[in-house]
This record gives sequence, structure tokens and C-alpha cells, in this order.
Amino acid sequence: MLYREAGQFKTSYRSDQAIFPIVQDRWFMWGLIAFGFLVLPLFANQYLYTEVLIPVLILSLAAIGLNILTGYCGQLSLGTGGFMAVGAYASYNLLLRLPDTNLIVVFLFGGLMAMLVGVLFGIPSLRIKGFYLAVATLASQFFLEWVFARVKWFTNYAPSGSVAVANLDLFGFPIQTPQQKYLFVLAVVVVLGFAAKNLVRGRIGRMWMAMRDMDIAAEIIGIRPLHAKLSAFAVSSFYIGVAGALWAFLRLGSWEPLAFDINRSFQILFMVIIGGLGSILGSFLGAAFIVLIPIFLNQAPGLLGVPLSTAMISHLEFMIFGVMIVFFLIVEPHGFARLWAIAKEKLRLWPFPY
Amino acid sequence: MMKYVGTAVAVALGGAVFTAPAMAQNEQFIPALVYRTGAYAPNGVPFANGIADYYKLVNARDNGINGVRIVTEECEFGYATDRGVECYERLKKNGPTGAAYVIPLSTGVTFALTEKTTTDQIPIISMGYGRSESRDGSVFQWNFPLLGTYWTASDIILQHIAKKEGGFDKLKGKKIALVYHDSPYGKEPIALLTERAKRHGFETMFLPVTHPGVEQKATWLQIRQNRPDYVLLWGWGVMNSTAIKEAVAVGYPREKLYGVWWSGAEPDVRPAEDGAKGYNAVTLQHTAGQFKLHEDLKKFIYDKSAGSAKWEETGEILYVRGLINAMLGVEAIRTAQAKFGNKPMTGAQVRWGLENLNITEARIKELGFEGVMKPIKVTCADHEGARTGRIQTWDGKNWQITSDWYVSDDNVIGPMVKEAAAKYAAEKKITPGCLTN
Repeated sequence: MLYREAGQFKTSYRSDQAIFPIVQDRWFMWGLIAFGFLVLPLFANQYLYTEVLIPVLILSLAAIGLNILTGYCGQLSLGTGGFMAVGAYASYNLLLRLPDTNLIVVFLFGGLMAMLVGVLFGIPSLRIKGFYLAVATLASQFFLEWVFARVKWFTNYAPSGSVAVANLDLFGFPIQTPQQKYLFVLAVVVVLGFAAKNLVRGRIGRMWMAMRDMDIAAEIIGIRPLHAKLSAFAVSSFYIGVAGALWAFLRLGSWEPLAFDINRSFQILFMVIIGGLGSILGSFLGAAFIVLIPIFLNQAPGLLGVPLSTAMISHLEFMIFGVMIVFFLIVEPHGFARLWAIAKEKLRLWPFPY
Repeated sequence: MMKYVGTAVAVALGGAVFTAPAMAQNEQFIPALVYRTGAYAPNGVPFANGIADYYKLVNARDNGINGVRIVTEECEFGYATDRGVECYERLKKNGPTGAAYVIPLSTGVTFALTEKTTTDQIPIISMGYGRSESRDGSVFQWNFPLLGTYWTASDIILQHIAKKEGGFDKLKGKKIALVYHDSPYGKEPIALLTERAKRHGFETMFLPVTHPGVEQKATWLQIRQNRPDYVLLWGWGVMNSTAIKEAVAVGYPREKLYGVWWSGAEPDVRPAEDGAKGYNAVTLQHTAGQFKLHEDLKKFIYDKSAGSAKWEETGEILYVRGLINAMLGVEAIRTAQAKFGNKPMTGAQVRWGLENLNITEARIKELGFEGVMKPIKVTCADHEGARTGRIQTWDGKNWQITSDWYVSDDNVIGPMVKEAAAKYAAEKKITPGCLTN
């Protein structure tokens, strides 16, 4: 009833090809963005910013990056953490050596460097596929981690190998309080999120999906594998690199290579799988699930007033979280994005299903 | 359907974020970041128990600190830096005056919080860990690496080695290896070892071990090939016992193996059984064993079966370390109360208390810590307060003190601290200076 597209006539190619062809979706999106920029800052406290909103947004961006590569182009990658580290350390070094660089340029540089490295490590994908490619990208993860832990130049010869940034600003506006950081991250995620959404439904995205669904068939209809695969690696690594730089600069503030270890790669891969392969929305849902559920489970006994020992809570958190992942994957192997799509279908017919 | 479950969870979570537990006004809140699970739990558990029991004791025996009862809440972070920061953010505003201080018990979390605590005005007590240069209180105004840093610890080990060899000049041409946890924690002593190596002409070998440290075959193969005269171990959790077992496997004499205090507790040596006999570790002051305070612990806590640990475990090194750490924090609050009045203190007031902390021999006796620790006096220029330590040796059953007291050489460390702190201040655009209140 509420969610019905009857009467919405598309009278031009422009309206037919809009990102959100359904009016309700469009309004919902605008509403969500307005809520994020205008309403949330009115009441959110510091904890909500630094531990909920900022991490979810940044990891969503990384998940979008991996989703482009794995979900849309079908190239399994375990090197996400490494590419995030490239973005973080490239940005750090640019800011360190040219302190007056604009912050946007700094983050773009991080993304571009990650893109270069990503393309480099994507080259094997032309010859190897599937699990074998996963192993090759795993090598990149370990190699990149090793580089940032061992090559002292990247960490400015810090004795402990830990680097830090502080007092960031953009066009003279400080980006230091959690609220400022949140708004900046949100702006970046909105821009890059829309860019990704547009990219995957256009020629390039279709090229990737063709490559994913059957590479030989794609080649026969004239898609160059080199072009398709490496462009997926490039775009994906760019997103991941920017996410890495944001994570280091705006989430951590001071970090070490351990922040981008193999667990980070797995975490983001799980976000993509749980959220839904080949879905931009799924990247957000997956990130929110993986980041927030453990925090929620950890606090739940306290909020419910159940006295449990700290260790018990922690063990329960692992168990329930694991069960939830298994449960959701059994109920819906295609992730949250598919659940959402099903809900949408049902809403269209509601209240008169047939 | 699942969508609605998700929404319900999200709504519940949103609610969780905004509710703060109601608290009485005359209470001092102290957060406890602990790790009772994960690879580092064997060491994290006794430490957390020691801290919890000391707070319980202060409440039960003295009815709090000058009538202000201590309220604490544990938050499990499993030694993961990001979860540790999350715990800190979750707990920092609790209680009528917010967190009094924070004890991270993780070098990584200490590094991450160093930036945050300055704006939040909550002091960090990083007893024996954290940034070595954070001893300079004019730059690191909110950091208190009480009772020694990694530079102090490594200097004491080197002094002990030099003494055994017959003086620092005898170290020329010797080879000293450092097997370290590949994290900021493990890398801290490198600067001091390099500096000392330059002065005395010994060779150094730095061998990193990746977290969690169960895979060390390659590292110890290198040690077998190069036969260093001494090996320093900067490990944590399961990495320590693995290292000792590997030392046994390659036949490296345990007598020449020296651990930092993170590598010198019972869980580190017990799994290696007899193989650990002869292994040494530096202890920043205390060792294992029960002492005077335990009479009170027994009377007020354990006889009422309210203890966090088992009674036999209350003499373990890390439990004792937890007791000392909690005691220093409580005494800092007491010091602050002497100036600001007997009420719950804010973080800034506790910071003043820490900076003016002065625990004399007589006070140590009163507190029941006689023979466990030496006097400590903190000033703005010296947030470490004391730089003494001893070497202990594992005899197969117990830790035995096998050396006199050493004091780390400030002629070596002093200039290093100055330089590193100045570099940090320049990077962070901090104007060094002492806070007056």
C-alpha cells in the first residue's frame, strides 16, 4: 500500500535510468541522508559517534570496495587489510612530508596508491581463479603487513613502529571532535557510495558481472578480461585504500600495522558475505551487523541486569555471534541484501498478497 | 521477518547507547579494562583479579577512600586495541565524576588512548609499560608509567648482565639478541639496546615474533645459528612459554635468557615445566608471594568468599602487580582528596594526585606493602616515580630474587627521554609545560 509503484510512469530515458527508479526509495534515501547530516548530530553522543557511526561507515566503505571485486567481478580477495594499510600509510606519509596538503588530496592519494598496489597484485588474477587467487591475495596481505612493519621509512623511523596523526583540518575547518569526524566520514561515504552504485549499474559494472558469471562467455562477447579484472581491482583497491586512510586518521588516530592484519581482511570479507555479494546496500548492512552485534551482545547482560562474569559475557558473545552468523546464512544464503529485496517485494503486494 | 529482527536489535542497541546507569553521588568510578579471554588471558586474569580485590578490600575495610566508595566495572577487550578503546569510550563518563583513571594493561591501548585522554582529562596509569618517553610529564601530562618503563627494564637487565660479565667494558664484542612481540610493546626496548650497544660496543640482534607468538621455530633457529651470548625476551601471553620451550628445543641455556616483567610470571614458565628452570626475568620491584596485606585480604574478602581468585593464587606475580597498581591509583585519589576535599574526584583532580604522589617507606608499611616495593615519588618532570628493579630466577617451582636492587642509569635514559618527548611534542604541536592543578 505504502510501497507501491503503480502510477509512477517513466516518460523519459532519464527517469527510467535513475539510480532509484521508485519514488519511495528516492525519498527514503534523501530522508536517510538528511537524517545522517542534520538530525543525528542533534542528539548523538560521543560514544555513538566514535564506536558506532564512524566505524560502521568506514568499514561499509571498505566492504563496498571488496564487494566490487568479489561480489561484482567474482575475484575472491583476502588482501583487504593490506590494501587498507597501503591507503593509511600512503596518506600518512603524504601528510608527514607535505604537511599543508589538503585533507581531501591526502585521502585521494591514499586511495590512488592502494589502487596502484591493487592493480599490481591483481595481475595474477588473469591467470588464476577462485581459491587460488585467494591464496595469491593472501600473499599480498602478508607482504604488505611485513613492509609496513619492517621498512622504517614508512613509519618515519618511529622507534615503536606506531604512527599517529592529530590536528586535522579541511579548508580551515578543524576535523577533531567526533562530530566533525563523523560528518566528514559521512560525506565521503555518501559521495563514494553513490559513485559505486552508479558504477556497478553502468557499462563497467555489467562488464564485471559478465566476467563474474562466466568469463569465457564474456570474452566471446567482446569483454577484455585484462581490462575488466584489472579495472575491478583498481576501483576496489581505491575504495579500500580510502577506507584504510579514514580508519587510520579518523577512527584510530594512532596505529600500527597490526590494525590492518589478516583479521581485518576476514572481517571485511564476512561483512560482504553476510551483507550480500554483489550489493551496495549489503555492504552497509553487513558492516553494521559485524561491528554492532558483538558490542551489543557484550553490553546486553549488563543492560538486562543479569550478573555474569566478564569472561562469561565474552564467551557468550562469541557463541551467540557465531550462531547468528550460521543462522542467517542458513535462512538466507544470499545475505541481508536479499532479505531486504524479499521484504520489498512483499511490501509491494501488501496488504493484498496473491 | 528477519528484517524486523534486525530493526529490533538496532533499536535495542540505540537504546543501549543512551542509558547510563544511575549511581549514588558519593562514589568514585574506576573503569577496569581486562582480558579474561583470548591468547593473553592466562596473564590477564590474575592481574584483573588483583585489581578487583584491592578495590573490594578498600570498600570492605575502610568503607572506601575517606568515605567515598569505589565503584568499578569491568570491560572485556581480549587485548584487541580497537575493543579496548571501545571499552574506554563506553566507561569513561560513568559515575558522578567520570572515570578517575584508566589502567589499559596493553601497550597498544595505551598508545591509542594517549591522544584521547588529553581531551577527556582522564589520566592513564601504565605501570611498567606504554611509551617509555611518556615519563616526561611536561609533554605527556596525562600519562603515568609508574614504577618503571621498558627502557628502565631493559637497562636493568643490561646492568645485571654487565655485572655478571664483570663490567660494561667486558660487553665489548658480545652478542645480545632480543626476541620480541612484533608490536609497539616489543619494539620499545630496541632504542635503549641500540644506544647501549653504541656505548659499549656489543652486537645486537632483533628477532620479531608475530602475534600471538605460537610459531617461533624460525626465530630460534637463528639463535641456534648465531649463538648470542644473551637473549632478552619481550613476549606476552602464550609467546613466553613457547619461547622457553623453543629455547629448550634448540638447547639454548635458560640461564642466559632474560625476560621483561610481562614475561616473568607463573603462567609463562609453568607450561615449560622443568625446562624453564634457570630462566630469569626482570621485576620492577615486587615478586611473587603473599605479604602483610594478605592478612587483610583474607579477613575481609576471602574468609567471606568474596574473592575474585582462589586463595592460593593471591601470591602470584601478576595478582600482586594488580594489587600494587590498584593501590597506587587509590593512593593518588587519596592525595587528590587531601587537596580538593573528601568527595569523588574528577579525572583532572586525580591527575594532580598522581603528579604529587609520594609514598614513603612509612606509608608503604602502613598500607601493608612492606618489602614488596620501594618508595615512589612522582613529579611533573618524572612521571615514572621510581626506576628500581631486581632480577628473579625460576627455580622450577617458585620465582626467587637472585640480584640486588638496580637503578636504571639516567645518564643513558634521560637524554633519550628528552629527545623522544621533544620529537613527540613537535609532531603533535604540544607546548611542553606542567599543569598546576
